Amino acid sequence: MSFDSFSEFIVMGGHGLYVWLSYAIALVIFVINIVSPVMQKKKVISDLVRRLRREKKSS
Amino acid sequence: MSENKKWMPRWFYQLASPRWSYEIMGKLLPGFAVAATLLLIGGIIWALAFAPEDYQQGNSFRIIYIHVPSAILAQSCYMLMAVAGAIGLIWKMKVADMVAKSCAPIGASIAILALATGAIWGKPTWGSWWVWDARLTSMLILLFLYLGVIALHSAIESEATAAQSSAVLALVGLVNIPIIKYSVDWWNTLHQPATFTLTERPAMPAEMWVPLLIMVIGFYCFFAVSLMMRTRNEILHRERRSSWVRELIEKR
Repeated sequence: MSFDSFSEFIVMGGHGLYVWLSYAIALVIFVINIVSPVMQKKKVISDLVRRLRREKKSS
Repeated sequence: MSENKKWMPRWFYQLASPRWSYEIMGKLLPGFAVAATLLLIGGIIWALAFAPEDYQQGNSFRIIYIHVPSAILAQSCYMLMAVAGAIGLIWKMKVADMVAKSCAPIGASIAILALATGAIWGKPTWGSWWVWDARLTSMLILLFLYLGVIALHSAIESEATAAQSSAVLALVGLVNIPIIKYSVDWWNTLHQPATFTLTERPAMPAEMWVPLLIMVIGFYCFFAVSLMMRTRNEILHRERRSSWVRELIEKR
């Protein structure tokens, strides 16, 4: 551990804002890169299901 | 034609089959997801709590564990996008086009992460959020190239034409990659030189660079996960008329 207490860990020797902001942005970017393909998949599948149903009705 | 087909490995031709690619990516995904989760969580805990602080920069140095991996990944992703685009152009390989298309939004978001963390790190270290320095400017151009590729894909209706034109843009923009790499040597700059080189040992102690290496590998695994998810969606969408996709949809 390079910190003696939890509050020191949060403050980061005065650089806490910069460090935590960087890691927070990283977290947001990571979440976006997982959530967006998951949503994309839902949309692709529902489009395919609708397409299939339409074709069955018309035949 | 059939003669010169033989000097490529078999998997290269299997990759040309959307169905084979869809299935192999489905098999690879869980492993990469587990590796990415473990490496990133382990790496972040090590980076934030256990790595020693820098004697000059103090704790703001910990931003390196996000900044360097994202900058490396943004460039690797670009190279993959350009190479996949070239393969699509030359061999008319649809899966390569889909990989190239899927790289663009991920690469753009990672380039934004590299630029944002760079700006945040610049404030306490250089006293400024942004300077028009060669490294920063060429990195900004990388982001614009990604945005250009995304814009081409959304502007052009025909999937084949969109893939061709964005592959050409990606290939032309490839000239920016060595500029980013050597910008710190060619021009006077505030930016510090590369942390990792293939030929020399890192200038920092092991307890600093080992977590950095873990983060870099973790970023790559994460990229693989996101890229394969996107490419699989793209395959399903583009192959919607084929019988195996219909069967897949009917079975679920």
